[in-house]
Amino acid sequence: MSTAMETDVTAGFEMVVGLEVHVQLKTQTKAFCGCSTNFGAPPNQNTCPVCLALPGALPVLNARAVELALRVALGFGFTVNARSIFARKNYFYPDLPKGYQISQHDTPIAEHGRLDIGLLINGEPRVIGITRAHMEEDAGKSIHDRYESATAVDLNRSGVPLVEIVSEPEMRSPEEAGAYLRTLKQILLYLDISDCNMEEGSLRVDANVSARPFGQVRLGTKCEVKNMNSFSGVERALAAEFRRQCGVLVAGGSVQQQTLLWDGAKGEIRPARSKEGSSDYRYFPEPDLPPLLISDAELARVRETLPELPAARRARYAAMKLSEYDVQELTADPATGPFFEAVLALHADAKSVANWVNGEVRAVVNERDTAWDAMSLEPARLAALIDLVRDGVVSSSAAKKIFAQLLVSTDTPRAIAERDGLVQVRDDNALAGWVDEVLAEHPVEAARYAAGEKKLVGLLVGLVMKKSQGRADPKLVNQLLSSRATG
Amino acid sequence: MAVSDADVLHVAALARLAMPADRVPALVRELNGILDHMAVLETVDVTSVGDDARTAMPRRDDIVGSVPLARPLAQFAPSPRDGFLLVPRLSTHSQLGATEGDE
Amino acid sequence: MTAQDVLDLSAAQTARTIADRGASAADVVTASLARVAANAALNAFVTVASEADVRVAADVAPQGILHGVPVAVKDNIATTTLSTSCGSRILAGWVSPYEATAVSKLRAAGAVIIGKTNMDEFAMGSSTENSAFGPTRNPLDHSRVPGGSSGGSAAAVASGACRIAYGSETGGSVRQPAAFCGIVGVKPTYGRVSRFGLVAFASSLDHIGVFGRSVDDAAVGLQVIAGHDPQDATAVDVPVGDYRAAAGRPLTGLVVGVPTEYYPASLDAKIRAKCDRAIDVLRQLGAEIRTVSLPHTDLAIPVYYILAPAEASSNLARFDGVRYGPRAAADDLSDMYERTRSEGFGPEVTRRIILGTYVLSQGHYDAYYLKAMLVRERITQDFANVFASGVHVLFTPTTPSPAFTFGARSDPLDMYLSDIFTATANLAGVPAMSQPIGLVDGMPVGGQLLAAHFREADMFCAAYALEHALGPEALA
Ligand SMILES: [Zn+2]
Repeated sequence: MSTAMETDVTAGFEMVVGLEVHVQLKTQTKAFCGCSTNFGAPPNQNTCPVCLALPGALPVLNARAVELALRVALGFGFTVNARSIFARKNYFYPDLPKGYQISQHDTPIAEHGRLDIGLLINGEPRVIGITRAHMEEDAGKSIHDRYESATAVDLNRSGVPLVEIVSEPEMRSPEEAGAYLRTLKQILLYLDISDCNMEEGSLRVDANVSARPFGQVRLGTKCEVKNMNSFSGVERALAAEFRRQCGVLVAGGSVQQQTLLWDGAKGEIRPARSKEGSSDYRYFPEPDLPPLLISDAELARVRETLPELPAARRARYAAMKLSEYDVQELTADPATGPFFEAVLALHADAKSVANWVNGEVRAVVNERDTAWDAMSLEPARLAALIDLVRDGVVSSSAAKKIFAQLLVSTDTPRAIAERDGLVQVRDDNALAGWVDEVLAEHPVEAARYAAGEKKLVGLLVGLVMKKSQGRADPKLVNQLLSSRATG
Repeated sequence: MAVSDADVLHVAALARLAMPADRVPALVRELNGILDHMAVLETVDVTSVGDDARTAMPRRDDIVGSVPLARPLAQFAPSPRDGFLLVPRLSTHSQLGATEGDE
Repeated sequence: MTAQDVLDLSAAQTARTIADRGASAADVVTASLARVAANAALNAFVTVASEADVRVAADVAPQGILHGVPVAVKDNIATTTLSTSCGSRILAGWVSPYEATAVSKLRAAGAVIIGKTNMDEFAMGSSTENSAFGPTRNPLDHSRVPGGSSGGSAAAVASGACRIAYGSETGGSVRQPAAFCGIVGVKPTYGRVSRFGLVAFASSLDHIGVFGRSVDDAAVGLQVIAGHDPQDATAVDVPVGDYRAAAGRPLTGLVVGVPTEYYPASLDAKIRAKCDRAIDVLRQLGAEIRTVSLPHTDLAIPVYYILAPAEASSNLARFDGVRYGPRAAADDLSDMYERTRSEGFGPEVTRRIILGTYVLSQGHYDAYYLKAMLVRERITQDFANVFASGVHVLFTPTTPSPAFTFGARSDPLDMYLSDIFTATANLAGVPAMSQPIGLVDGMPVGGQLLAAHFREADMFCAAYALEHALGPEALA
């Protein structure tokens, strides 16, 4: 691959990207029937007359799905339509039992949202417009490689509620698209409306991408890229598709509107199979479902249950004089903050609590792949441990040993410190004894130190610490040695 | 807006109905006859018609429990296997193995 | 009293006689099956229950207001014990694994289902000639159609096999066959009876309706299936009135509107005369007669034949051979779809799917579907205006002609126009019913009553009085 050539192809062209994000809502039951949404059930187990589209069955909307959709709407600053309409999107596919998908078309539940994606362009925050968020149902799954010349259909997912969030074509690079998706996902997780797991398919991204010469106002012909299973996959797919389109344009051709699939393993895009006759969806209002009415009172109720969102939390933490790094780490996911604050309520020094939460505690959470609130570490015990460090009762390194014990023992940090002999020795006589011994055992260094070679203090403190088996308070040892040098 | 042979063939393809050539002329004639009768609608003034005031959508609690099947799917499906529903593969992607079936 | 005699009692009297041990429920339903068998030439049924099954069902039937009463159910209403084939090859032999709400309510009221009745395929037709299982004949004249699409249910009642039968309406499919067969047919308010388990033709127009030998049979038949259903988002949670309470009530104070648009100059003079007489009778009974106007009436057929096929084209997409029903052999998915559907659907269903797909397709939606939806609002508003002006019920002819002979409406548009007086009520969702008001050339003529949403009781009030006043004359 020649980097030079690629640069040549895309030079002078601007990338234009719009993203469609499908989010599976965290409900117990499907959008229009009482079937379970649990993942991993045997094929077609979670089905009923409604989601099998048996003759005569009718849909009834899940109240919780509406509530979660409203959370999305409020979370991204959308305008909620007081009256939204479900519509039928008609096409034939074996995993679409009714021959239509119940979706929203002309009048979605929410319109005109926006998202600050956390990037600065020329010092200005980059804010991407979100056209709409609408409710719809998922299709089932078609498995093409399990049986010889047959496709196997599993309808467990058929009818699972989704919200589709459609951005304006306002992103100009893979990086912006990636930032949009990461910010979006973070907020969705804060809103607690979806697992947002791309590998399990609870969050899916389709990208519309086009290329145009810089300065041209009119948008180029767009292509839709599907089948990405990670955000970095989206970024790579966008770059690849943009390069392809630029290549077509540079060669004097014109881009044909089409749907493409990203092959993450090969790092390639290829055309999707044709679905002849499927481009005219014949949308019309779903006659089995009256209009969805959302009152101001309902909206106010949902607003009250809205959790704190990342931006607000970041601002609050920044006001605690935490570093940018600490703030980002503490707010990266929705669960770290509450743990951090629970500890902070008992130990007031935000910086040291942040250090612990972003350091030792996060390492454990990541290593165990556990939830913050499911971890066997009560905030009070961590606070007590940090108190011990602040009060000089234990050293930082001893504290890490105690921390490991906190996870397997129910003893208090102090009890563990005492049990394991990790309490710092601060008794002057004991310290002086060790210092004397070290100086006696290392006469050369002692002499040089006494003669004013101050940099030897580190070595000597280390030797005292070693002699004390780590129990000596290094600060006091330091003071003691300083007094010897001058005295 | 007269219906043509091509319209009928296009619409039949959308509706997944086979359309033998010898049926097309009669259908075109019938549809045009019917649609001529609809032309009167063009003359109706509907400018002041507002939103219809049908009832609001009822909502169901998010509690597991659906209408049970008196007979299991495998007993009435045309081609059940290992719990799946089998269908012939679309010939245009016979070589594809991926599972991205949905739209 | 023999079981055969009991069959000729009203449904309510039948249930009472059985409750009083004047007859056994099992014997009554057996007698009903005997009449079905005696009238086999009508081809009113697609599936008839076995004698053993109905006797068991009768023995265990709850002691409700239809205790032991035999009823017939149209073949597009889901039952777990008998077929639900919708008069179509694509559902031939289909036995639903779940039951319609209306059927569950029927069973709970003690009714015994004797069979599933023939119909135009997917209820698309006005003559029951479009059934994959052959046409149904009019019991009063075997050379004539019984009307449709619920022709089988109408013929079952008219032939005396049962006093109550259930049908469905999308544009008049209960009222028109009731008129053709000389019985009572009721279409309740949209949302009054759950559609859960009614195989959809056009969801916004579909209703389950009821046939009765008499007004009282129809009132009882509707009473037991009416009500809210959490399985149908369009079923409305409004208290159900007592439809039979209207029996014998004087018509003093009742305002009957006579809409001029339903009496065009072209209306058959003999039918007009029967209607005039019925209106006179209502006046003599104390009702105030008022001439009214429903100015958008003549737009009903164009609107109906855009909206109904449009919805049908989508509703019938589920018949794809993937999950149930017959599947045509094919190596490729596209072939499988096309063959299954083309072999499964008859010509009228195919025509309407094509028409419906066309009016929804790109470039045509606004001109047809959207426009029709807006005009539909106009038609609905016409009714609202009339009922808001103090009119309680409207009286019109049910059909522009009596039952026609087989093959007489071979042009689809001619057939569509036979719904001209009935489709309006489906578009507006208002309740409507047809009852016999006399004979023309030996065939019955139906008079139609319409009322405001959920005011079925007003309609029944006039119907009871009219039936009583006309007496056997209505059929003579
Ligand atoms: Zn289900």
